[in-house]
Amino acid sequence: MEFVFENDRPIYIQIVEYLRIEIISGSFKMGEKIPSVRDLSTIVKVNPNTMQKALLELEREGLIYTERTNGKFVTNDKSLIEKVKEEIIKEKLDTFFNDMKKIGITDEEIKKYLEKEKR
Amino acid sequence: MMLLECKNLCKDFDGKKVLKNINLSIGRGKIVGILGKNGMGKTTLIKLINDLLTPTSGEVLINGKKPGVESKKAISFLPERTYLDKGMTINEVLKFFVEFYDNFNLERAYKLLEDLSLDKEQKIIKMSKGMQEKLQLVLVMSRDADLYILDEPLGGVDPATRDYILDTILSNFREGASIIITTHLIADIERILDEVVFIDKGEIALVSSADELRDKTKLSIDEEFRRLFKC
Repeated sequence: MEFVFENDRPIYIQIVEYLRIEIISGSFKMGEKIPSVRDLSTIVKVNPNTMQKALLELEREGLIYTERTNGKFVTNDKSLIEKVKEEIIKEKLDTFFNDMKKIGITDEEIKKYLEKEKR
Repeated sequence: MMLLECKNLCKDFDGKKVLKNINLSIGRGKIVGILGKNGMGKTTLIKLINDLLTPTSGEVLINGKKPGVESKKAISFLPERTYLDKGMTINEVLKFFVEFYDNFNLERAYKLLEDLSLDKEQKIIKMSKGMQEKLQLVLVMSRDADLYILDEPLGGVDPATRDYILDTILSNFREGASIIITTHLIADIERILDEVVFIDKGEIALVSSADELRDKTKLSIDEEFRRLFKC
């Protein structure tokens, strides 16, 4: 796991964002048990309290759930994961289009560039 | 009950007020950074908490009690400067710690030393400065204490050693215990802090949750500190 964080935003929010991507990309599979707070915080090198707060937020969003005594698991709700995925894609595209607009590029030109830079 | 409380704590040296009216409460399960420039009173505060200095006025309470034999059991302290007899081998130091502290966890110390692959028959004086710093940290973190106080644990260490120190702090951070870290190297340590206390000219200038401060200022703790206390 690679987690590089920016110092000027709450760390727990950045961990939430990072773990969301791990889940929607399938790095953490549906129904899979996630490592303990202690293990996760050592891996990511943050305070366990901060990790706990991030996991609570993900739990509130429904992306993970707690099985009493068993630990925390990734949701089995495929439609929820799809929904979150779409939200993130939309958010990233919004940022992208706004940046392009600032540079003064038209939608037509964007298409041209996308075609040219296609991987 | 708070793990640590400082109430109207003041310390003068030759009539000069080094600490003025410090009020501070630290609960359990927290990593707290006491941050300030050099000479602002950080180490004086730490020494008062450790009963190495007597307050001019005000008081320090550890688990609700004044400093004494019990607070010395509850606190594991890493001072800025080494106190180990450098002529001793690692094994001799370990034996010393086992005899000296009831709550010294030899098993944990062995495990941590194994990770460093140090020869336990080696004399401390023969070890590099970085290694000596790591050994000291291992000794301090191997006690089952309520409060770990680390005074400038990152002073003068290389980036790899710094990572080792942060990892060791995090992986030995036991449930219910708290850690106080003083430093002026804020950027290196801010990601592991729950709470920050800014000390300036002997006074507490700010107490906040680390993430709340970032959210409020849209700056890192390091940037906010520099902004507030520009020379």
